[in-house]
This record gives sequence, C-alpha cells and structure tokens, in this order.
Amino acid sequence: MRPVYAVSGGVSKFAKARPDKTFQAVVKEAYDYAIDDIGLSFPQFTEIVDGSVASYFSDHFQRQLMSGIMAQDYLGLCPKPSHRVEGGGATGGLCFQEAWKSVASGSMDVCVAYGFETMSHVETWKGNEFIALASDVSFDYPVGGFYSGYYAMMVTRHMKEFGTTVEQMAHVSVKNYMNAFYNPYAQKHQRLTIQDVRHSPMVAWPLTRLDICVMSDGAAATILCSEEGLARLEKAGAKIAKPLVKITGIGRGTDAMRMADRPHDDYDKFMRAYALPHETANAETQSYYKKLWDKGFRYPGVHSFRAGRMAGKQAYKMAKINDPLHEMDFIELHDAYTSSEVQTYEDMGLCRYGEGGAFAESGKAFVPGVEYGLKLKEKPVCPVNPSGGLIACGHPVGATGLMQAVFAIWQLQGTIAKHFKSPVLQIKNAKRGAIHSHAGTGTYVTATILEREK
Amino acid sequence: MAKNNNDTKREENLEGTILFNVPFPKKLDAASLKALKEMTAIVKRQPYHVEYIHSYGQDSPFFAGLANKVFIGNRDPESGYTYATPRGADMYSGNETEWVQLPDEGTVHAFTVCHFGSEEFLPDTPFVLALLEFKGANTLFLTRLMGLDPAKASLDWIGMPVKARYLRNSKMKPTDIYFIPAEMKEE
Repeated sequence: MRPVYAVSGGVSKFAKARPDKTFQAVVKEAYDYAIDDIGLSFPQFTEIVDGSVASYFSDHFQRQLMSGIMAQDYLGLCPKPSHRVEGGGATGGLCFQEAWKSVASGSMDVCVAYGFETMSHVETWKGNEFIALASDVSFDYPVGGFYSGYYAMMVTRHMKEFGTTVEQMAHVSVKNYMNAFYNPYAQKHQRLTIQDVRHSPMVAWPLTRLDICVMSDGAAATILCSEEGLARLEKAGAKIAKPLVKITGIGRGTDAMRMADRPHDDYDKFMRAYALPHETANAETQSYYKKLWDKGFRYPGVHSFRAGRMAGKQAYKMAKINDPLHEMDFIELHDAYTSSEVQTYEDMGLCRYGEGGAFAESGKAFVPGVEYGLKLKEKPVCPVNPSGGLIACGHPVGATGLMQAVFAIWQLQGTIAKHFKSPVLQIKNAKRGAIHSHAGTGTYVTATILEREK
Repeated sequence: MAKNNNDTKREENLEGTILFNVPFPKKLDAASLKALKEMTAIVKRQPYHVEYIHSYGQDSPFFAGLANKVFIGNRDPESGYTYATPRGADMYSGNETEWVQLPDEGTVHAFTVCHFGSEEFLPDTPFVLALLEFKGANTLFLTRLMGLDPAKASLDWIGMPVKARYLRNSKMKPTDIYFIPAEMKEE
C-alpha cells in the first residue's frame, strides 16, 4: 500500500433545509472550498484529479436514482472514473476509505471523495420512516419503525447492565452543543445545561430531543493523494499545508442487521476475538471483565457495538496505537445519539466496557479552554467531537463521515482558526486523530486514523 | 406533530395551494435576467406512491404460525443454536435451520417507550417496544408490549416475565404477536 495524504477539504453549511440549491450545487460548495483552499482553480484541479467516490445514503429522500453521477457531472468530473458508496450512517466513512483505497492501491494519484444528503425533501416523520427502512422490513420495521426507538432500547440495556445514567448521557449533549457554538458550519448554536437536555420533549424513553441528532441538508468533500499526486498538485501551483496529514489506519466492522440476532458471547470469546491489546495485557482489566461476565454480562448483546470494536481494533493495529486514550489527540465519532457516543467510548477503547457513562461525565472527552458550565472532575485527555459532532453539527448522512474527515484534516493542519474564524476549538499541537462513522444499529462501522507527519 | 404544550413552532405539513403560475419579469433585459439570481427557490409538492409485492420467502411459516396463534423460531440442527427471530441459515455453521416451537412466555431484555415515531406509526404513539428473551433461545425477538403505562417507564421493566397474545385476525405482520405482563389477566 502506498502512503496516502488528505490534503484538503470543504463542508457546506449544514442546515435543516437548503431549498436555495439543488444537491449538486450544494456539493459544489464543499468541492469548490476544498479546491480553493489549496489555491488551485476549478479547471486546474479538474486537469489533475484522477477520479472520485460519491457518498449518499438514501435514494428515497430525493426520489432520484443515480444522484452520484449527477454530482459527478455537475462538478465537471466526467468522464473520469467514479462510483457511489452506500452503507447507511457509515456511508461517508466508507467513502473516505474507498478514496484511500483508490490511492493506496495505485489506481489513482489524486482522488476526491464527496458526499451529500438532502433530508429536507420530505417531512421529519416521513424522513424517520425512510431511515427506519434501514431495519429489516419483515421483522423490525413493522414493529418499531423508528431508529430513536432502537437506540433507546440499546441504552436501557446499557443502563441496566452498567448503571449508566441519563445525566451522564446529557453531558455528551452539553459538550457537543457547546463545541458547536464555535463551529460556524454547525446547524445548531445553542448553550445547554443538563436540565435543558432532560426537560426537552421525550422522544423514546429515556432519550429526549436533545439526546438525538437532527436531520440536515449538506455536503462535504475531501481531496486525497499519493506522493506522486502531491507532486502533480504542487507542480500546478497548489499550496498544500505542511506538515502533511497522512492516513495511517483503516478499520471496518459489521454486525447483524437485526439487533435481536446479535450474539451474547462469553468471556473467553471476548478476550480472544474482541479485546484490545491494552485490555488483554492488563491483569486488572482482565479481572474487571471477568467480574462483569460473572454477573451475567455477555458480549456484544444489544448494549455494545461489535462492529465499532472491530473497526477500532483494525485501525489501531495498522496505525500502531496501543493506548487509544493517550495516543490520540482527538476523535470525531458518530454521535447520532448521546447514548451511542457513550457506547462508542467503550468500543473505541477510550474506557472499558461498562465505564462509558463515567467517562462521559469525567471531563476527559471535553475540549480544553471551553467553558461548559459543568463541574468536571478531570482535565481533558482526548477531546471527543470537538466540532460538535452529529448532535449539533447535523447529520446529512452521506456527508457526515466526510465532514468528520474535513474537521480532522483541519485539526491536524492546525488551520481550525482559519476555517472556523475562531481558534477556540483548535486542539493545540494535534498530531493524531480518529474519525469514526457508524451505520444502522451498529451494522457497518468504520474507523480511520489520520496523523500529522513529523 | 405537536406533542408538547411548550412547542413554539406550528406543525408543518404538506398541505398547500396549487399554483398554475408565479411572478416572472414581463420584459427580459440584462437587469431583469440578473435579478433572477436573487429569487427564492420554487418548492413544490411531488407525491410518489408505490405498492410492493413483498415475499417472506423462507420465513413464511413464521407468519403462518402467528396467523394460527403459534410462535415458532429456527434452530441449527447440529448445534441446537436457536433463533427467536426466524433465520433460514445458521450464522456459525452455515447449515439450513429447522423450525422449532418457541414458548409463549419470555422476559424483557430491553425496552423503550416511543413518544414519537415514523409517520406510519405516529398514530400508535406512545407505544412500548421491547426485545424479549426466551428460555431455550439464543437470540431475541422484537415486539410491542401492551398493558404497561407508558408514562411510568422504568428500568425495572427489564427482566419482567411476559406472555404472548395474538391478533384474532392476522395481518401477516410480526405484530400479529405481541406481549403483555405475565401476571396480567387476559381481557
């Protein structure tokens, strides 16, 4: 595999609705920004780019098949190679990794990954119906037909197993909304308290409206290249931020579409197949897990995302990360729900299974220097969703994973102040970060590690 | 769908007026053509209806069972690994599974109360959604729970014994079976 660099990105402003433009034109906003940021003109970049990968989740939202080629066409990229990627909420993360593959394999030297979703084309509750069609239409959709309901079931089990509280989950919402306050691309700009989150209308017990991300229209684009591609871009006059941002780890996992089908594995299977190296190497952690299983805990059940654990495990191995919490400077993860951020802390090994709630309220995942109005016991260690995440930035599904990539690129380039018009969210001296994209009830999950070159 | 008295927004819906024309410059010149760039977008209603012919395929006997008030699942013939939600092939051996009768009583593994839902299910709200465990089954079953007060959701519901009820007239849907607390008397 060849080294792959993520050299630029762009994000359209995420909004409840963008009736002012068609989806292709919204994609072009993000695409143009990414090209402009490296100082090239549209025709110059068109000349150099080898191809693309398109990312969008639902054909239903637009009632338009093959939207990918319509974006490709609008961006003037025809007749260059392209394909569409789809994997539910993880579509953007999958797209970024497909672009990485195109470059790492030698198939392309410069590849652009763009993604979008236009969820405003139907009303909110019809939109929920479309999303719920991403559950088994024979057995799940006719019974529940509501993703917030599925996630709420998972978290009631998490609460029962581990004692996780709704206030711990609300810390995630307060954090992510507060971070987004300094991110001009975010859909939501509100300062919240724990009480605000809990007193918000109940959607699916115990998740309130402020525990759940919103639907959005939006687009994002990133430019990836090989060393040869970099040379071509620079020869054409591109000004690429240095040190470069390199993709050093790729991981993916999957799980059964129906939550009901997921295994309830024993301790030995967990330690053999799913535990992270820093967990298997630690006798105290082994003892902690042994006690969990002795009390009746089984893995992954419906409280944990096996796909997320596998994605993290693979990506960490490739990037040679042994202690995720202390060896990464930030993570942009898929917080469609406050509960899923808590669950993902555990899957990604920032804490042990069962400790996600305590981790959420500890302060370790908060951004240094931001005032949250909370009494946090510990200092930030690895900020999670410094951008505001899906909860506050919005979740135009096909764009979301790429939005995370763009924000990660800017963090590692040290250019957050330039793009956000505020330095508040810049993680000082950020050297390594992860992006995590998640589909369904944990069906497809991707984890990608990006690093600033030394 | 306004569900709360504190809501500050009026409910949005697709009702509207049919327009057959909209304002446009009567005379086209450079200025009026340029001004078109400053106009807001035309947003219109675009209905799309479709009926599918959906086959339950190898899972069909499950629905036939529900219509006859029998709850069945699948089992790997070698390992005995049992699926409470039908599955034609075992995920470990790859074997074709066989049908097996499941008990009409189980316990709540996880649940929620949906106060909102997809458009299709909004009229049902609030409803209790639950994943159930069954003795002898290795996987769970998603169902609706009746007979519980949606306003009194509690983690204590997890572990609660429940028993099956069936619709008198099948709709050929997984909701032909639903559950109520085991201690509750049938109406």
